[in-house]
Amino acid sequence: MSRTTIDAPAGVPFIDVTREFDAPLELVWKAWTEPELIKQWLGPAKYEMVIHEWDVRDGGRWRFVHRAADGEFGFHGVFHGEPSPHGFLQTWEFEGAPGHVSLERLTLEERDGRTIARTHSSYQSVADRDAMIENGMEGGMNEGFDRLDQLLARLQPAAVH
Amino acid sequence: METQLDIVFGALADPTRRAILGRLTDGDATVAELAAPFAMTQPAISRHLKVLERAGLISRQRRATANLSHLEAAPLRDATEWLARYRAWWEESHGRLDALLARLQADPLATRDRDRPANAGE
Repeated sequence: MSRTTIDAPAGVPFIDVTREFDAPLELVWKAWTEPELIKQWLGPAKYEMVIHEWDVRDGGRWRFVHRAADGEFGFHGVFHGEPSPHGFLQTWEFEGAPGHVSLERLTLEERDGRTIARTHSSYQSVADRDAMIENGMEGGMNEGFDRLDQLLARLQPAAVH
Repeated sequence: METQLDIVFGALADPTRRAILGRLTDGDATVAELAAPFAMTQPAISRHLKVLERAGLISRQRRATANLSHLEAAPLRDATEWLARYRAWWEESHGRLDALLARLQADPLATRDRDRPANAGE
């Protein structure tokens, strides 16, 4: 069962991504904050994630490059505020579109030994949000038509005409 | 400024409306038919249909005594291609994180990427 939910509400430049993991908060936090761990999962598997910095502290910088046969995609930003196991705040900039900076808050919450991770992203405008996601998320584009409450799969035949 | 894509996403944000669209993939339907599976009045369903119509996701036409709703696939396809990419990116990441978390729980020392030499320190 795929449990990632994505909410991109109309008229406001936000996106919320929510996912529950079958692991305690402490471990999810580790997987998100330790460079050796995050590079093993963030982004589609076809990319090698090369981390230059991932310094999770107030004012700490981060930068990584996703490298694959179809090119390299660099991202960087800064962590803001004191991180805690309940989450952190970071700026996020795709190097293909300098100046289009978004603000992302990760929130982790443990429930019965499972952990709910929420990412709330704020963009500078709705147009910025839409363009950034279109340009900055080139990877993994073929696997996508499997959700929206299973509606899409059923719609594929209807979409052909 | 609210773009057409925003309006489509707003319309899709509601589970009842997604269920209505799902029903319409089986064919056109009246308000009464669409209301049947829900604990909702027909006027409430009609309000959802207005939102879907405004987003261009359905069209409605009068047939004899009933209003038939018809699914319009194109805006949904546009919206889903946009969102599908983002979703695919995160779903694949989260799936990989699931696997990593399972490995870490099985063996807390298995923190290193198996393909790469270990580095000392954080």
